[in-house]
This record gives sequence, structure tokens and C-alpha cells, in this order.
Amino acid sequence: MVVILLIAFRQKHTVIQVVGFVLMCMVIAALLKVKAILPVSILPLFQIDGFALLFTGLIIFCVLIVGLFSFIYFEEREESPKEYYILLFLATLGAAMLTISRHFISLFIGLELLSVSLYALIAYLRNRNNAVEAGMKYLVLAALSSAFLLFGMALIYMDTGTMEFTAIAQKISSSSVRSVLFITGAGIMIVAIGFKLALVPFHLWAADVYQGAPTPVTAFIATVSKIGVFAVLVRFAQTINLQQYPQAMTVFSVIAIASMIMGNLLALRQQNIKRLLAYSSIAHFGYLLVAFLPGNATGMEASIFYLLSYSITLLSAFGIVILLSTRQKDAEDLTIYRGLFWKNPLMAAVLTIALFSLAGIPLTAGFPAKFFVLSSGVQQHLWVPVIVLVVTSVIGLYYYLRVISVLFAAAGSTEIKEKTLHPFFYIATYSTLVVLMFLLCLLGTLPGGVVEGVREFLLIH
Amino acid sequence: MMLAGMICILLLGGILCWLLAKWSVVLSKWMALLAVVIDFVIVCYWCLQYKNVSPAGGSWFINYRVNWIPSSGISFHVAMDGLSLVLLLLTFFLGILSVLCSWNEIKEKTGFYFFNLLWTLAGISGVFVAMDLFLFYFFWEVMLVPMYFLIAIWGDTNRRYAAFKFFIFTQAGGLLMLLAILALYFIHGRQSGIYSFDYFSLLNTSVEPSASKWIMFGFLIAFVIKLPVVPFHNWLPDAHSEAPTAGSLVLAGLLLKTGAYGIIRFVLTLFPQAAAEIAWWAQLFAVIGIVYGALLAFAQTDIKRLIAYTSVSHMGFVLLGIFAFREMALQGVVMQMLTHGISTGALFVMAGMLKERLHTRDIGLMGGLWTSLPVMGGVFMLFTMASLGLPMLGNFIAEFLILLGTFSANISFSVIASIGLVLSALYSLRMMQKVFLGQMTTAMPLKKSSVREQLIMAAMTISIVALGLYPQPVMDMVKTVVQQLVVRA
Repeated sequence: MVVILLIAFRQKHTVIQVVGFVLMCMVIAALLKVKAILPVSILPLFQIDGFALLFTGLIIFCVLIVGLFSFIYFEEREESPKEYYILLFLATLGAAMLTISRHFISLFIGLELLSVSLYALIAYLRNRNNAVEAGMKYLVLAALSSAFLLFGMALIYMDTGTMEFTAIAQKISSSSVRSVLFITGAGIMIVAIGFKLALVPFHLWAADVYQGAPTPVTAFIATVSKIGVFAVLVRFAQTINLQQYPQAMTVFSVIAIASMIMGNLLALRQQNIKRLLAYSSIAHFGYLLVAFLPGNATGMEASIFYLLSYSITLLSAFGIVILLSTRQKDAEDLTIYRGLFWKNPLMAAVLTIALFSLAGIPLTAGFPAKFFVLSSGVQQHLWVPVIVLVVTSVIGLYYYLRVISVLFAAAGSTEIKEKTLHPFFYIATYSTLVVLMFLLCLLGTLPGGVVEGVREFLLIH
Repeated sequence: MMLAGMICILLLGGILCWLLAKWSVVLSKWMALLAVVIDFVIVCYWCLQYKNVSPAGGSWFINYRVNWIPSSGISFHVAMDGLSLVLLLLTFFLGILSVLCSWNEIKEKTGFYFFNLLWTLAGISGVFVAMDLFLFYFFWEVMLVPMYFLIAIWGDTNRRYAAFKFFIFTQAGGLLMLLAILALYFIHGRQSGIYSFDYFSLLNTSVEPSASKWIMFGFLIAFVIKLPVVPFHNWLPDAHSEAPTAGSLVLAGLLLKTGAYGIIRFVLTLFPQAAAEIAWWAQLFAVIGIVYGALLAFAQTDIKRLIAYTSVSHMGFVLLGIFAFREMALQGVVMQMLTHGISTGALFVMAGMLKERLHTRDIGLMGGLWTSLPVMGGVFMLFTMASLGLPMLGNFIAEFLILLGTFSANISFSVIASIGLVLSALYSLRMMQKVFLGQMTTAMPLKKSSVREQLIMAAMTISIVALGLYPQPVMDMVKTVVQQLVVRA
């Protein structure tokens, strides 16, 4: 069960931070305990099974780390950012609700909860120019996509007379002719999903929002919001057996191929690490869709493992950006990272491992992840997406290597400000990053255990 | 077990070097040397142990397997036969020399340098013994990353461009190979019901001809980029000339051989019919490579780039011999892999020594160095002759055997390849003449070769003369492997 506590106001930042952290740990522990009594259905809105548990666990893990990172980031910029934490946890609630939803209404509530919290979170540091622009952009586009979503849902409701996933599945399979209404509705809903996952051609918001939002919020958008939406997409697709319909699969293949190509090409010239990571996220979700296309058990395991490794990787990368950010500016520009290896080898090592993982180099988690995605694609003879994946990975390698070579270049002149304000949290963040790095290497060399665990969880339904 | 241990020694040694460098740089250098020497001793011991033993279970001396990711059929399976043993010997011999030749050259972040060097050697030795295709790909990539760092951090002026090119070319080939591996895995699984990446089980897959051609190309492209074969050789001159001395030594001496090893071990055995079909084309590209590499080597003014192009030319001989499918040619191929590693490695080491003293790689600025550096001059002469293919030195045996073997398969190609021998004389003599003979261009006194450098040069000289006079032990070692390959074709 998802337990979210709204924190009362008038508390010091440290207290909020610690309480939030402890609560998240309790939630993860609860998840493991709860495994025994699954599955539980709360009809007609929710279905809590192994699948939901996995995704919720992943979400909570990410929020745990984002929360930790938020402390040192916001300490310097706001006094006691209480609303930030409330919004963060509300957004988490929304994302978690998405993973357990099996009804359009719960899908919509979860999505809106997530989105509305994000509107405020993105524009949180309102004194910075980019933040308000990013917030406005996200607001307008997200509201538009919500409208699309509602319209699509309404069309499907008109056609099938129900909003529950399983009932919709029954209605479609019983009628051999697929009505125009259903197809239109589904197509319009893809717009909304595509927006939230930042897939091409709905990706235009990603770079600006990633850049303008405060970095912990960027980490949140990159991981949690996408995980939640992907979970509900997979659940919906599985329930109505979407993979059977060749037209739908063609649409998703085209979106996947376009995302892989555009994401990698657009990142080639970036000098701003947040924008680079934004475009790389677009590409990565293209890769993930290749695992989504088969729709069988291997594909599911591959996509969950991929999400896990992707989340850890992005959290490490954004963590380093947070550590290097100063009060006035985020550590966005690549020139700040010049020669980081000579000044602070550990930070550079964490970032290097994260970038290698994004590139899919063995010994890091990204490699088995990409490998599993490739094998699920090859198994179903999806040759075009798989070849595009390989070719775009090579293109992607170029800009990851470019950042790494900047890290190892001769030392620049910028000094890294030593944060001595709150040494405890600084060290906590640092050590978390080191732990994440080792986790990446561990997943890279011994992924078997995790894959087994994932398989076990997926069987509970 | 010892095979895994051998690789682990290098990995651990690398980590220790990096950590030790914080206290004492000298200690970390000795640590690196120790790790490589231990492994060299182990491999020598194996050589003596398995010298006259005709192995009972097929041609595999050591075979070790442990489960890794059983749900996907991936195991940690390593095995060694004559071919692997010979190449491991080369790996650790050149490994010792690479540690020795970077002793004084590397001034900054020495610990990290030796970490990368040892991990590259670990990756290479892993490639030579891996018997599970996933593991092979894993080591293939592990070979790549530390080499990238070696070039990018401690290389010359144009190092970032060279390192990029090297990484992207090799990675592209590697990813296409991964697709081919996966395709083979699934075809085998569908046929036999067992999903496994193991080399021995995949040997028995029967693939229909059209699919087998495509999968073979997937494998071939990775090896052909590494070897390198002429349209894909573009990364080599840059990577070799910008890398630090030990980097060039390891690149030319070992990394190129992994491409050849891959073709012999995987392409010829897994896809015999498809390989036989493209044999003519492969030999054509080989011959083009021989002549093209030689002509370009003749035109170079940068000494390391010159030697790099000679590598392209010599590796053309390797490809020619492999696709001749004759026992004699394959024996020649193994000899060429060994002797080219030693002779070209030696030339790179000497180019590094020259660069240290003269701070330039331009042969136009060199000349008449024999007077100031007599020992180096003599040894350089020896290795130039080796590169030429002078009898009494190892390369002659290799090239002679390859040409003999190819002659019975395809006369015209062997004729053109022989012309390549004449061209190699051209570039080698030009190099020798411009660098050590002729007018003296620099009057300043140059540092005489130190004991360490003389030790390196002595080791290489002795080995190449020994291989030239008495190559029989090597040929005995790989006899069973070669015979099996020819039979299969």
C-alpha cells in the first residue's frame, strides 16, 4: 500500500527531510511485507499486484533519492521549502496511483495529481528566468495533453460503454470489427502518453523543462513521472492485448524509431548537460519502447530492468549536477566539468560510470539492460527497430564520450565551492552517489539476481 | 580455474596499482610489473606442461565453466587450446614490455595509467579464452574502454579525435556482432529448445544459408574493423600514432590479433559454408589491403603513422592466409600473428624512444641518428629487416608459409601478395634510411639507451630471431587446431 503523509508546516527543513526519508524507507519495507497478501483488487479503480508493487517500489526508491538530493540543493536557495516536499509527495502519490490503476478514472486522477504538482515544482524557484518559462511551457502542454486524454477516454467510453480496462478488453474482443471511435480514442490517448513520456513528436517540451526546473525536480520528472506513465501504459496494453493489432504496433514502432533517432541526433551538439540528458532520455524511452513492442514476458522483464538501470543512472548523473551547482546557477554548462577528474576524481568517476551506463558499455548496468531489450526485440524478429537501436546507440556514444573526454581534459580554472554549510547532508549525498555507482557496476556484472526477482514479482497476479 | 585466476590477477593488480599510486608511484609500477610477470610465468608453465601432450578431449587443454546468468543461458566458460595458449604467451610477453617501456614515460596519474593498461590486457586475455559468446562480447568491450582512456589521457596532441574514432569504429562493429550473436542464440534455441550462448552448443546449430550469411557478416564486421581490413581501417593510423608508446604496442601487438583470432575461432567454425562462399572476396580485400597499406606506408612522414600502415599491410597477409583454407597457410597465419606482434611492437617501442629524445615524430627532421644512438640503430635495422621479411627472422617464415598456402588455393592473389613483399622492402628501407642513416640533422647530444630500454630491445630481438630460426614449437602447439579448421572447411 502506498502510505503518504502530508507534513505539517512550521517545521525546520532538516526535520522534514529526515521524516520524509524515514517514511519512504518504511514504505519500501511495507512493500516487501505486503507481497504475501497480494493480489488485492479495490474494484473498480485499483488493482494491486506484483507488477504494481515493482513499479511502486521503483518510484519510491527514486523519490527517496530525489528527496535526499533536494536538501542540499534547496538549502541554499530557499528558507525551509516546505511546500516543495508536500508537492513532491503529492506527485509521488499520483505516480503510484498510476501504477495500480485499472480504470480510466484512476488513471486520470493519478495523472492529474502528478501533473499539477509538477506545474508548481518546475516553477518553484520563481526568481530564476528559466524556471517560469519552463513551468508555463509544461503547464500549457500538459493541460493540452490532459484534454486530449479526456477526449480519447470519452470516445472509448462512448464506444464500449465502460471505463475499466478488463471490461474494455472484453468488449473489443467480442466485437470483431473495431469501430472508428475506439481507434480514434486510442490514437488520441497515445498523444497524451507520448507527451508524458517525451516521445517524438511530443518531445519539444523536454529540453526546456529539464533545463529550467530545479535539478532535483528534473531528476524527478526524468524518472518518477515517466515510470508511472509507462506502468499504466503497459498495464493497459497488456489488458487489451494491444500487441495483437498490427496497426497499433506500427504506430508504436514508428514512434520508437523516431524517438531513438531524434533524441540522439538532437543531443549531438548540446553544450548544456541538463539538455543533453533530456535528449538522451527521449532516446532511452525510444529504446524502452522496443522492449514494449513484443508484449510478452521477456519484453516486460527487459523493460522493468531497463527502467531500473535507467533510473539509477539518471539519479547518479543529476546527483553530480546538484553537487556541483552553486547558489546562482546550476552546473549546466559543460565547461564547468572540464578537468573534473583531476580535481575531484570520485565525482568524475560517478559521472563517468553513469554516462557509460547510458551508452550501454559492459560492466555497467546499462549493458545488460540494453542486451535484454535487444534480445526481446530479436526474438520477435523486429529487425528494423533493433537495427535502428544499434545504429543510434553508436551515435549516442559520441556525445557521451564527448562529456567524458571533457571530464578528463586538462584542468580548467573554475573552483568547486566546498559546501561546508551542512556537512552531514553533503556527505550523505556524496555517499549515496558512490553507493549508486557501485550498484550500477553490480547490476552490470551480476544482473541475474535482479532478473529473477523481477520474474518472481511479475508472477503474482 | 587458473584461466579465470589469470584474468583476475590482472584485474586486481590494476586496482592495486591505482590505489598504491597514492603513496608511492614506484611501488605501483613494480606492482604492475609483478602482476604481468606472474601471469607470464603461469602461461610459460602451461606451455611447458602441454608442449608434447596431445590433448585427450579434443584439442582443449583447459576447460572451465561456471554459471553466471542461468536464466538466459549465459555461463562463465573459458577454455584454452593451442591457439589461445600461443596468443596468451604473446599477450603477457608484450604486456611485460609495455609496462617496462612506460616506466619513465608516464608522469601524471601513473596509478590510473597502469590500471588501464592492466585492464586492457585482462580484456585481451579474456577475449582469447572466452567460450561463451556473451562473455566474449563482454571481454571485447572491456578491452575497449581502458584503451580509450589510455589514448585520450596520455596520448599526443590529436588524442581526443583519435580516441573517439577508435572507440566509435570498434563499438559499431561490436554492436553489430551483438545482434548476430543474439540471432544465432535465438535460432539455436528455437531448433534445439536449449537457449544457450555457449560456443560448443552453438557449433551444432544448423542455420539456413541465407540467414547464416547475414549472421556471419555481423560477426565478420566486428573482426574486420579490428583487423583492420581496408575499407574500415580508418581508425588505425590515428589511434596508433596518437597513443602513448605502450598503448601503440598493445594496440598493434595485441588488439589487432583479437580480430584475427575472432575470425579463426568464430567465423570459420560457426559458418563454414558461408565462409567458404565469401573466401574469394575476403582474399581480394586482403590483397587490396596489402598493397594499399604498403603504398601508403611509403608516403608517410610521421614515423608512427608509417608503422601503423605497415600493420594494415601485414594484417592483409593474415586475412589472405585465413581464407585460403590450407593447413600451411593457417600455420603461417599463426606465425604472422606472433611475429608481427613482436616486430611491429618493437618498431613502435623504438619510435617511442625516438620521440622521447627528439620530441618529434617527423622523419624529415630525423637523420643520421646511428652515430648518436648506435645500439638503437642496430636494433632498428634488425626489426626493419624483420618487417621486410628477411629470412632468419620470424616474419619470413610467416609470410612464406602464407604465400605457399595461398598459391595452391588461388594463384593470382598470391602473386599480387608477393608484390606486396617488394613494396614492404620499399617502405622499410625508406624508413631506415631517413631515420638512422643519411645526413645528421640534429647536432645535440642524445641520451644513450638505458639498461631498461636495452633489456626491452634484447628481449624482442632474441624472440624474433628464435622464432625465425626455430618456429617448430609454435607450429606443433597449434597443429591440432589448424587441422580441425581445415577439415571443417
